[in-house]
Amino acid sequence: MTVATPAKPAVRRPVVKPDRTILLVLFFVVTSVLLIISHQPGMMKSLGPFGDVLRNKVVEALVVSLFLANVLFAYLWKAANWAKLLVGIGSLLFVLPLAGQTDTSLLDLSIQIMIFAALALGLNIVVGLAGLLDLGYVAFFAVGAYTWSIFASPRFGEVLKYYGENPGATGSGTLAIGLVLTGVTAGSMLYIRGLHGRMAPTRLSSLSFLLAGFGLLSGIILVGRSILVLASGSAAAVASGINPGFFWLFLALSIMAAAIVGVLIGLPVLRLKGDYLAIITLGLGEVIRVLANNLGLYTAGSQGITPIGSAPVPWFNSLAGSLGFRPDQYSLLFLYVLVLIVIAVILLVNVRLDKSRIGRAWVAIRDDEIAAQAMGVPLMQTKLIAFATGASFAGVMGMIFAAKQTFISPESFNLLQSITVLSMVVLGGMGSFSGVILGAAVVTLLNLRILPGLGEASANVPWIPQEVNPANFNRFIFGSILVAMMLLRPEGLLPNKRVARELHHEDDQEDESEDGNASGLKQGGDVYSAGLATIKEDDRPGGER
Amino acid sequence: MELSVLLPFIVNVIVGGLVLGFVYAIIALGYTMVYGVLQLINFAHSEVFITGAVVGFEIFRVLQDSAMNGYLKLLLALLAAMTVSGLLNVLIERLAYRPLRGAPRLVPLITAIGVSLILQDVLRFLEGLQGRFDLTYTLPTGFGNKFCATDSTCAPVGNFLRTIGVDVQLKDVILVVVALVSLLVLNYVVNRTRLGKAIRAVSQDRVTAGLMGIDSNRMISATFLIGGSLGGVSGVLFGMKFGTVNAYSGFDPGIIAFTAAVLGGIGSIPGAVLGGLLLGVIQNLIGVMNIFGNLLGFANLGTIDASYSKIGPFIVLVLILIFKPTGLLGKSNVEKV
Repeated sequence: MTVATPAKPAVRRPVVKPDRTILLVLFFVVTSVLLIISHQPGMMKSLGPFGDVLRNKVVEALVVSLFLANVLFAYLWKAANWAKLLVGIGSLLFVLPLAGQTDTSLLDLSIQIMIFAALALGLNIVVGLAGLLDLGYVAFFAVGAYTWSIFASPRFGEVLKYYGENPGATGSGTLAIGLVLTGVTAGSMLYIRGLHGRMAPTRLSSLSFLLAGFGLLSGIILVGRSILVLASGSAAAVASGINPGFFWLFLALSIMAAAIVGVLIGLPVLRLKGDYLAIITLGLGEVIRVLANNLGLYTAGSQGITPIGSAPVPWFNSLAGSLGFRPDQYSLLFLYVLVLIVIAVILLVNVRLDKSRIGRAWVAIRDDEIAAQAMGVPLMQTKLIAFATGASFAGVMGMIFAAKQTFISPESFNLLQSITVLSMVVLGGMGSFSGVILGAAVVTLLNLRILPGLGEASANVPWIPQEVNPANFNRFIFGSILVAMMLLRPEGLLPNKRVARELHHEDDQEDESEDGNASGLKQGGDVYSAGLATIKEDDRPGGER
Repeated sequence: MELSVLLPFIVNVIVGGLVLGFVYAIIALGYTMVYGVLQLINFAHSEVFITGAVVGFEIFRVLQDSAMNGYLKLLLALLAAMTVSGLLNVLIERLAYRPLRGAPRLVPLITAIGVSLILQDVLRFLEGLQGRFDLTYTLPTGFGNKFCATDSTCAPVGNFLRTIGVDVQLKDVILVVVALVSLLVLNYVVNRTRLGKAIRAVSQDRVTAGLMGIDSNRMISATFLIGGSLGGVSGVLFGMKFGTVNAYSGFDPGIIAFTAAVLGGIGSIPGAVLGGLLLGVIQNLIGVMNIFGNLLGFANLGTIDASYSKIGPFIVLVLILIFKPTGLLGKSNVEKV
């Protein structure tokens, strides 16, 4: 006897993405071959007219973007894990360096893309996760770059020489005074801070805290100055910069320096919100640039610092040599690998932070500051951590940037750079890691390849005046990216799910109404937030609340 | 430096700062009005006002050989600049900001930055088509002369000014007069007309104003029109004052003017004027700080020079926002425009 099995109710399966393993591998092979061919000058010549097309800068940019799209597809498509791994590792570790062997500009471009990807990831923490619009982000990049450049270039010797010639009344006595002052003031600051933990700060205690802060600052200046004077004897020894072996130490120092500057800038300004914060950070970014321009002794002013050393890696060089690289390519290849490692670490930190307590606190602050505070999120501290984390990514990449360029000047760190990074974040999608990396790749390719390529193409056309050379249209491009994305797709190309839902609040209402509590959300603008909520009528972001 | 030389020098610096301050004040009004109705920093205002400067430059360039009266040329330039800048500002609002009404706060702000960048390159492109980048004003003859140097009717005034050590050019006086007239007209429009009343109502409470039968979108457009026209005026004045402008030169005065608006209390018209004047003077004083340094024996001050006057406004902005975020004239129930 058979019991008729009741027909199973139709289960609505989630849409299954088609498996694209074969497509992915095929795409990888084709683009890799194309990339390698297009960077082999000898082979291009034999290709005749086709080679000429490939040599065009714009076409080259397209080839490179197609190639980089591999990595993107490996991330997005559903495919076997081995294929994803193969494409990711194969393209970044084998094909790119291989193609770069005959054409180092490709390595340079890749390093540049990854540097900007790291900057975008850093800014993404500040803008995308914590909702604090920072328009002076490139200042941290500058701090990292100058931290290494001053020491790893002839500048350091000149600074020491200057202090040797102008010791003033400085000597070991000053060092002692400075150390005592630093110790005492730092101690009293800690003590007052401890007191404030136990009782409400009074006017007097706040004042003494401020006073101790000034004392600490002057103590540090005294110590620094006397150390410089005492060390001035070795000016000749560091005439071409300190031992490049310090590179690894400075990798950590640049992170720390940028984070400290981030906290110092953040402390006064993070009480402000929204647009005020934007304009203040813009201002402080400019302040740092102007300082770099004017502190000629340390930064060589507008002439810039050069040459800047890089890490000595004999074992890596011999490895590269055995792989067939030329000695003049070693340094670039090394930086490429270094940048790859650093960005992998940064990405890991990002992903881990995003899921951590602090990451959730950032998102909470972005979405609703008051609610976050009510839930016990310490506002200032959390915002400062966001600033410092974002800054430290910029700091380490600034140092690598300086080592790659071997030349930096204040003009490398102007407002347009901050806007560039912002447009990467906006293009890719605020809060989305894969998005901002994509944004960084697209904008950098536009900036470094496509626009100059168009510029070269138009340079030979007689009726286009030099003043309208497309190579100079980067402001227009970035502006259009910002406006178009904000008007048409504010969540970015590869949106973060949460942000997308937030931004399309009204569209979701129908879906949510099943839960019965969507009606309360109908107004859409009832939530107060510095970052992503709508503007309320009597909302004055200027002051503290 | 001798005191007898120093005093007139300082007076000149201050007077120069005040003249500059009037330009900043008019620019600041554009920011403060838009901020009053939309709570948005209109980053594009710096380009709106540079557009005015470019239009003024074109008018002066076209008319440079005509025998027209210099004041008439100036009037034409001002009117043209007002029209173009005003309409441009309305257009920006219509295309870029209105679709984002009610959107999250960062969204219109980023859009404004984008619009500002686009306009910079469009302006550069338009002038670049004719092979120009730096636009040098050709002012009508006589505008660059010393004030009341030859005219017998006002010679006593001029002589008096020169005895106390103030040396102003005719164009500076014109500039101040134009600025004052614009301020008076603005004050009349905002405080005495129905339009002004409606704008004030919208800036106080858009929803309630709507219930009272005020079309808030039209009022916002009107605000952008007025702010943009003021931007046009300030552009021409800026061009007259500095002589040379280019598509990118709106940024610095834009930031200073915004700082002025915040310094005075954003949303407040008298505040914007006061802030502008103060910042003009402060900026000029920082520019000559090295002289004070040498005078008092602080050699370190000698290294503070004109390049630092660029960051002066930012420092001021940080200080105000930390210590008195409502600004000098801003009250909690400030009358916004």
